[in-house]
Amino acid sequence: MTDQAYNFAYLDEATKRMIRRALLKGLAIPGYQVPFASREMPMPYGWGTGGVQVTAACLTPEDTLKVIDQGADDTTNAVSIRKFFERTADVATTEATAEATVIQTRHRIPEVPLTEGQILVYQVPIPEPLRFLEPRESETRKMHALSEYGLMHVKLYEDIARHGAIATSYAYPVQVEGHYVMDPSPIPKFDNPKLGDNAAIQLFGAGREQRIYALPPYTRVVSLDFEDHPFEPTKADHSCDLCGAGDTYLDEVITDDQGSRMFVCSDTNYCVTRQAEAEAGAAQ
Amino acid sequence: MTQDQPLLSVRDLAKMYGGRIGCTDVSFDLWPGEVLGIVGESGSGKSTLLGCLSGQLAADRGQILYRGRDTRQMSEPERRLLSRTEWAFVHQNPRDGLRMGVSAGGNVGERLMAVGARHYGDIRETATDWLGRVEISAERIDDRPRQFSGGMQQRLQIARNLVTSPKLVFMDEPTGGLDVSVQARLLDLLRGLVRDMGLSVIIVTHDLAVARLLADRLMVMKDGHVIEHGLTDQVLDDPQAAYTQLLVSSVLQV
Repeated sequence: MTDQAYNFAYLDEATKRMIRRALLKGLAIPGYQVPFASREMPMPYGWGTGGVQVTAACLTPEDTLKVIDQGADDTTNAVSIRKFFERTADVATTEATAEATVIQTRHRIPEVPLTEGQILVYQVPIPEPLRFLEPRESETRKMHALSEYGLMHVKLYEDIARHGAIATSYAYPVQVEGHYVMDPSPIPKFDNPKLGDNAAIQLFGAGREQRIYALPPYTRVVSLDFEDHPFEPTKADHSCDLCGAGDTYLDEVITDDQGSRMFVCSDTNYCVTRQAEAEAGAAQ
Repeated sequence: MTQDQPLLSVRDLAKMYGGRIGCTDVSFDLWPGEVLGIVGESGSGKSTLLGCLSGQLAADRGQILYRGRDTRQMSEPERRLLSRTEWAFVHQNPRDGLRMGVSAGGNVGERLMAVGARHYGDIRETATDWLGRVEISAERIDDRPRQFSGGMQQRLQIARNLVTSPKLVFMDEPTGGLDVSVQARLLDLLRGLVRDMGLSVIIVTHDLAVARLLADRLMVMKDGHVIEHGLTDQVLDDPQAAYTQLLVSSVLQV
């Protein structure tokens, strides 16, 4: 079957224009959740339908696409979305962060610092940071509009009261440019400092919830905290067992039934690159 | 604030539900430190009136001047700011006024955090202090309200509302649904807090005993109208309107 029976990047031009409008509005009001008419995509909700639509609206034939799932380039979600755009948009794909112009990601920000001209697209399951604190959407919208975020701190207070420290370790709420509190999608809080002052454009798409929000380059993003319990990005207290990096976010991998384990970089491309560099250095 | 100006001044307030009257022609002044009781039977417009005064319902006519400013003309952000700083609302059912999934300390701390408190230790200290003031032991600070008895929940709701030292407190049947001995303790507590903090209170109740204990002045409502208005003892001991006479004589004597 010829995939060119589809329009470029699957969605029709009118839909892409509608999404681009939402993206522009999102960029104009950093952190504000813009409603958009999310479409049915040929994949189930929860598999990145929001991110895919945003990526489709951003792609041009000259783009190079990278897709990350939990840091890895070779897991189901990443592979199938990459294939989807190879077939429907015929764009070049890559696993190298620095070579990509559009990066769709689930749950991680790459370790390599992003540069101007790159676009990072996040898949977002629940865009509303107040969702489990205030059930009424009419009320949360007002709270956003008036910047009434006392409730967000109640959540952090509960964490400290119960666990002795802020135990929220992913989807850690941030405040954008001193106004909107935003859910950064379920990235580990280790990645939160990379949200702010980032050179790349960051776009967030929630397909089921029909919301888009965005961070323009070099936006001020602050993770919420208490004066006596400041925000702390956390990671496993190890170095990567493959590349030896001590400053990356690690996955814990169980290797046998005896409970042996190893810690490896969750960003596979970063880890592989470092291993290759080390080998090249040893060969010289 | 000067003592020669009423805290709340209401003129010709009316609220209609379609063609039916919620409450109408309500006018009164509330002075700093004063407790005003609103009594009447179910459906007489008490709760509608309280809702209009506290900004939860939009009144159709009239003026509500809070410290000289008309709250009906205020923008919503201003009104919401008032209702989490200088005003407080105690619901009849503590479930409406508490966050049931949040610990007692978090419930008390919410208003503090809503006005910008960002120091965990300070918030916790204030919450502990307030739990003590409403006779809840400090070790229950991390328990959820679900694990509390009805009376404790109501006391927790009061602590949660008073923690930011409001000037004006609205109470909707605060003792409804509690048994008599718990009611008595709660009333005792409320009376103490009102005196100590110099609160102005508007309390809606159908229980004349509560009104007698707490209120300085009483308004009697029937069918959306205020039919009698005066000092509590005067209204209860020498009722003028026929309905008030009926109301007073309907109280069961033990």
